[in-house]
Amino acid sequence: MVMKADRTPVGAHYGWQDWLAQRVTAVIMLLFSVVFLGFFIIKGSVSYGEWKQLFSNQAMRILTLMFFVAVFYHAWLGIRDVLMDYIKPVGIRLVLEVGVIVFLVGCTIWSGAILWGS
Amino acid sequence: MSSVPRPPATRPKYVDINLLHLPPAGLMSIFHRVTGVAMFALLIPTVLCVLQGTLGSEAAFNRWRGYFAEPVVKIIVIGFIWAYMHHFFAGIRYLLLDVHIGIAKEPATLSARLVMAGGVIAAILIGVRIW
Repeated sequence: MVMKADRTPVGAHYGWQDWLAQRVTAVIMLLFSVVFLGFFIIKGSVSYGEWKQLFSNQAMRILTLMFFVAVFYHAWLGIRDVLMDYIKPVGIRLVLEVGVIVFLVGCTIWSGAILWGS
Repeated sequence: MSSVPRPPATRPKYVDINLLHLPPAGLMSIFHRVTGVAMFALLIPTVLCVLQGTLGSEAAFNRWRGYFAEPVVKIIVIGFIWAYMHHFFAGIRYLLLDVHIGIAKEPATLSARLVMAGGVIAAILIGVRIW
């Protein structure tokens, strides 16, 4: 006979989805980082004109926003894990989690505004 | 399954806070966590501020260029490059472990050492390049 595990049955099988999302966002960031940092390490420095032109390209704007969204989603999953490990009182943890979500959603909107607004 | 003994209700707690007592994989892991939290809290808003400023106007672009020429700022930048590269290499190690590459104890210890060395070496190389 298999004994029933003595634990709180929380969650709705989202664990593996978050695990996968953490990896997928990591690979997106990895590819963008290598190309972007590689470009700057080789090039050395850029002028204002070159910098402005790089981000006036629609494809570059979309790829950069994809990178930021990957960063913010990845950060949410990681910070949530950290909060679950160290902050045991549910009320405080919930407040912190909401704070992190509000901050990251704000960052997402802000990065869109920077890329398309300036 | 059913024969696994249940741990006693009150177990003694032993907390060793000396990081140097951790095995390499543990040390690498805690740095992965610390660098992640630091980048979340500090690097994300800073990068957005820099991007907003440098794309905003040529005057702001030159102002930021001036800040980045300061030795103190360069040291902070190199610190964040270390954090980024450590997190980056540690992440690649986890991706490889996910597909069961290097999962045995010895290769896992070796790869943890390589991750820590890789982060420091990358920070030094990029640091020399930007100095």
